[in-house]
Amino acid sequence: MIELILGKYNYWICIALMMVGFYAMIAKENLIKKVIGMNIFQTAVFLFYVSGAKVNGGTAPILTEGAKLYDNPLPHTLMLTGIVVGVSTTAVALALIIRIYKAFGTIEEDEILKMREKDG
Amino acid sequence: MLADNYPILVIVIPLIAAVIAFLAGLLKKELAWYVTALACLSSFLMAMSMLLSVLGGETISYRLGGWEPPWGIEYVVDYLSALVLAIVTFIALAVTLYAKRSVEHEIVPGKHAPFYALYLLMVAGLLGMTITGDVFNLFVFIEIASISGYALVAMGRSRDALISSFNYLILGTVAATFILIGIGYIYMVTGTLNMADLRIRLPELYDTRAVRTAFAFLTVGLSLKLALFPLHIWLPGAYTHAPSAVSSLLAATATKVGAYVLLRFMFTVFTVDFDLEIVPVTRIFIALSSAAIILGSVLAISQTNLKRMLAYSSVGQIGYIVLGAALVNELGLTGSIIHIFNHALMKGALFMVAGAVVLRTGSEKISDLRGIGRKMPFTMAAFTVGALSMIGVPLTVGFVSKWYLALGALEAGMWFLVPVILVSSLLTAVYFWRIVEAIYFRPYEAAAARPGHAFDGAGRPVSEAPFTMVVPMAVLAALCIVFGVAAHLPVSVAGKAASLLLGS
Repeated sequence: MIELILGKYNYWICIALMMVGFYAMIAKENLIKKVIGMNIFQTAVFLFYVSGAKVNGGTAPILTEGAKLYDNPLPHTLMLTGIVVGVSTTAVALALIIRIYKAFGTIEEDEILKMREKDG
Repeated sequence: MLADNYPILVIVIPLIAAVIAFLAGLLKKELAWYVTALACLSSFLMAMSMLLSVLGGETISYRLGGWEPPWGIEYVVDYLSALVLAIVTFIALAVTLYAKRSVEHEIVPGKHAPFYALYLLMVAGLLGMTITGDVFNLFVFIEIASISGYALVAMGRSRDALISSFNYLILGTVAATFILIGIGYIYMVTGTLNMADLRIRLPELYDTRAVRTAFAFLTVGLSLKLALFPLHIWLPGAYTHAPSAVSSLLAATATKVGAYVLLRFMFTVFTVDFDLEIVPVTRIFIALSSAAIILGSVLAISQTNLKRMLAYSSVGQIGYIVLGAALVNELGLTGSIIHIFNHALMKGALFMVAGAVVLRTGSEKISDLRGIGRKMPFTMAAFTVGALSMIGVPLTVGFVSKWYLALGALEAGMWFLVPVILVSSLLTAVYFWRIVEAIYFRPYEAAAARPGHAFDGAGRPVSEAPFTMVVPMAVLAALCIVFGVAAHLPVSVAGKAASLLLGS
């Protein structure tokens, strides 16, 4: 049991971060906070990939003198792409929030919903 | 040889053209459209050429950068991907033709160049999703298509488009991240990202928890992307508030390509045994898709907005595609694949009609369609053909897909699905027929008779939609009948694709 908790602590951190992010995306009314939640959620997945690529006793995947064991470099490169995707999504989301603020005068989801109900 | 490089060029040309369209659009507004049309046309020709060589019995495998498949990224064109490529490029070309006038009307002049750039990016993303044989590459293309999709939806006329786009973005990102987690799990246990390689390496790991978790994340993520009931909530808003050309493209291709990716994961990466025995996902899908088929139609009946009604109708139609896949036999799967093709034709045509109505009357309300059949005869004829096809009247494509789905259900011993298909056809008839009836058998009311409606904006009399909009919708509507009569053409391709997926 202790082994399951301490031995795989990296995955537990990923799961905890993922839940924090997911909760923020669903439960927060403020659109900016939703986007922050989205970022935490995505970052948890990046960490998941990177920690899965760690080899015990391995060094960074760079050719150096004396190093025999390397971490798996592929997930690192994959996550480089993943981060780029995350940044683009965040950029679009923030641009949308600016437009929403200009159109509705607020970025609170419940207030926007009320306004839309009034419009019919 | 140029022809050898078609698999990559079909994506790269729209991708590069996106940049060119943006820059050219800054010089002169019209140039952006010409670049888009040229890029879509060349992609379509290349996709057709690949479809023909695949029909000749050849599976095209393209190695990016010359790297061998398990290490490098591989693009695969087999029966299924060739068919979907042909659909996406054809619809993209038709919508481009249609978009010229529609965009002039709906998008502010300064935004034309970005619009066409995003449009091409989305097409490139959808084509990439279809052709790639590498699961991580697939994720990247999903995000290219989705992110440009969010921005395109946000270009809609009303401020509600912004909220719809934001909801679409949040749910789309959850979906894409779930897919990414799923890919991470299967990469960690197998060490490969190539679909063909995964198919070989996964079976001995089927009993591990990691593979099952991966499958769960992938199916939920993809169901969200393709808007399978009850994960469809982003769809009606996005389709309703997006500019008309974008609604047509989204409805005709985006969710279809999502369904294609689901088929790929269910049958190419994982095998039929896994879907049936290890994780009985097919039973869940049968329940969900039956609910989608019935409830999509019921919700469509209660709508007063034309585009929203068509959007809810899409929820039901996606149910048909997933239902065919969940039957896991050749007839059902043929029905599913043929419906990807058929629904692209009919929904594309119907959303184009909705856009033409918005252009000429300025209204999306169903009640404003009364008597419009005499004012816009060609547009409304296209609508009627599309509606008949949605209902599934014989000699239209809708009948062909429902026929194969019903046969597949009977072969799987699930006779109770046949009434589901019949009831939903009746419900479809209810919500389409009330419109067809209003179009042709109600007297036309002039705008002035209807207070509170800014009819046509300038008060001009409603006339037929412009030529460049009528042609693409007429072509799509005509194809609904052509492929309904000459059904053996698409069905033979779909049948071969189905037997390929089932691994027989």
